[in-house]
Amino acid sequence: MFRYIVRRLLQMVLTFFGATFVVFALTFANQDDPLQALAGERPITESQRLALTERYHLNESFLTQYWYYMKGLLTGDLGTSLTGQKISAMLANAWPVTVKLALLAIVIAATIAVTAGVYSAIKRGGLFDNVTLIATLVVLAMPIVVLAPLAQLIFGIKLGWFPPTATRDASLWDLLLPALVLGSLVIATELRVTRTSVVENLRADYVRTARAKGLTRRRVIWVHVLRNSLIPVVTLIGVDLGGLMSGAIVTEKIFNIPGVGFNIARAITTEDGPLVVGFVSVLVIIFLVVNLLVDLLYAALDPRIRYE
Amino acid sequence: MDVVPGVDPRAPLLEVTDLHVEFRTQYGVAKAVNGANFWLSPGETLAILGESGCGKSVTAQAIMGILESPPGYITKGSIMYRGVDLLGIPEEQRRKVRANRIAMIFQDALSALNPVYTVGFQLAELFRMHRGMSRAEAKRRSIELLDQVKIPGAKDRINDYPHQFSGGMRQRVMIAMALALDPEVLIADEPTTALDVTVQAQIMGLLADLQKQRNMGLILITHDMGVVADVADRISVMYAGKVVEEAPVYDIYARPAHPYTRALLESIPRLDMKGQQLNVIRGLPPALTDVPRGCAFNPRCRYAKDACRQDPAPPAYSVAPHRTARCHFFREVLGE
Repeated sequence: MFRYIVRRLLQMVLTFFGATFVVFALTFANQDDPLQALAGERPITESQRLALTERYHLNESFLTQYWYYMKGLLTGDLGTSLTGQKISAMLANAWPVTVKLALLAIVIAATIAVTAGVYSAIKRGGLFDNVTLIATLVVLAMPIVVLAPLAQLIFGIKLGWFPPTATRDASLWDLLLPALVLGSLVIATELRVTRTSVVENLRADYVRTARAKGLTRRRVIWVHVLRNSLIPVVTLIGVDLGGLMSGAIVTEKIFNIPGVGFNIARAITTEDGPLVVGFVSVLVIIFLVVNLLVDLLYAALDPRIRYE
Repeated sequence: MDVVPGVDPRAPLLEVTDLHVEFRTQYGVAKAVNGANFWLSPGETLAILGESGCGKSVTAQAIMGILESPPGYITKGSIMYRGVDLLGIPEEQRRKVRANRIAMIFQDALSALNPVYTVGFQLAELFRMHRGMSRAEAKRRSIELLDQVKIPGAKDRINDYPHQFSGGMRQRVMIAMALALDPEVLIADEPTTALDVTVQAQIMGLLADLQKQRNMGLILITHDMGVVADVADRISVMYAGKVVEEAPVYDIYARPAHPYTRALLESIPRLDMKGQQLNVIRGLPPALTDVPRGCAFNPRCRYAKDACRQDPAPPAYSVAPHRTARCHFFREVLGE
């Protein structure tokens, strides 16, 4: 187990450098005139331009720029945004609200998906099963760039049930609508996988044994079948985290939540290369760590899996 | 503590009468059990013998009340346990009969045990759910049980998962689980089929010992005539969903009364037949969606005459006291 974790951590280092390199290259290719983008409509004097170019190594080659960036990163310096703020400070500001939003979305999505998945598996072919099938297809077909503004317009503005935007210190209630939108990204697949997995497990021999033991139907399903059925679902939730992160960029932008996604969205439009790379690098690390945790959880759920 | 109201301790232990089970699938209705009759007394071993697909496992599942429905339906008959018709009581009472009064062990213990829970959890669960015991008490009882089925180091093995046991030890766990609540009837569905021959003998020996200690009625479902000869008191031979012959074990081996039983016996390889051709039964058992008219065995039977190919199917003729056979020509088969 320990050796497995060490090996995975070493793999993560490679993946991390690979990922940051790709992100760095993409932002580099995207940059047209970041200084003008930074200044907006105002003209920039030649001396300002020279000073800023020098400061951000903008006239250096791509590899040199990457080298400078990595040197900073390895000494614990995430760099400075083109706006002049320390990226680590911006991250510290943006982080809490995004964690809250993402966790809320995951919990909502997983709870609904697992419960509805189990029920539609038990009553497969019934009304509930068919209704959830259609609902999941609709949700799957809706891209978040449509779903988010639509939900904001209908539930936030027209009906006024939820606040249409949220601040940095948003309560869970303020974040509920964006979290629902974000969760809907992954809820459909999670529900379908739960359903399939439960249907498969209901046919298993151990279910017959559990019934022969005179256990109640509820116990057979929620204790014996569910634990086995959750194994693939847990893996999926880990992978879904990546989807949630990209979804958060759109959701936070639309609901004006000053989190990580919001900052990335702004950084992309203002061609703020250091900011994009800095924030995305942190997201990459989180994604890698969560997937390691999911794999370890996998072993906890299924004792037949042992890591060497 | 009585789990079912109306139980009469003087009534017969288990009596299955005219049981019909069918499976309604999209390919048609499969009549898996077509009027099975048998009874079981305390301390007695009844072997239900037959080829795969003859309805023996379905009969067992019908008695347990764990038939998957749909597609399986019990369409006729009764299953009397101590004077109570199990088919007529509410599901909640039926559930309590399982494991408490009638328990079952399955063929493949690896797939029959839940892979993600420890053996201790799966045993203790019975005590906690049915007897309301505390975790500690249930654990103590579970260790006792594993000791009784002779699993070495029960105290430590209780925290192991099913895949960490060998095939024979796993089947012992299954047996422990079935016996946990002191049932009066134990149904063993091919309990040794998945095991090595030497382990088979150990498991059968263990079952026989435990049965004697507890004076349990044992229904042993098998296709292995060798296993049956050693342990059974009576045998019911099933073919295409019907009990075609029922007799005390000695009589059946000495003088079978049904051509099918006779053919089964002749298909056992024997040492004194070295060098001779083995008599196998020609053909295959019929598809249960399309059972032949008259006697279901007639296409494969060497005694078959016109009467066998016509409805009605042969009734259960009384061959001797406590002995029946569904064959018009049982006298001929007996060699009288």
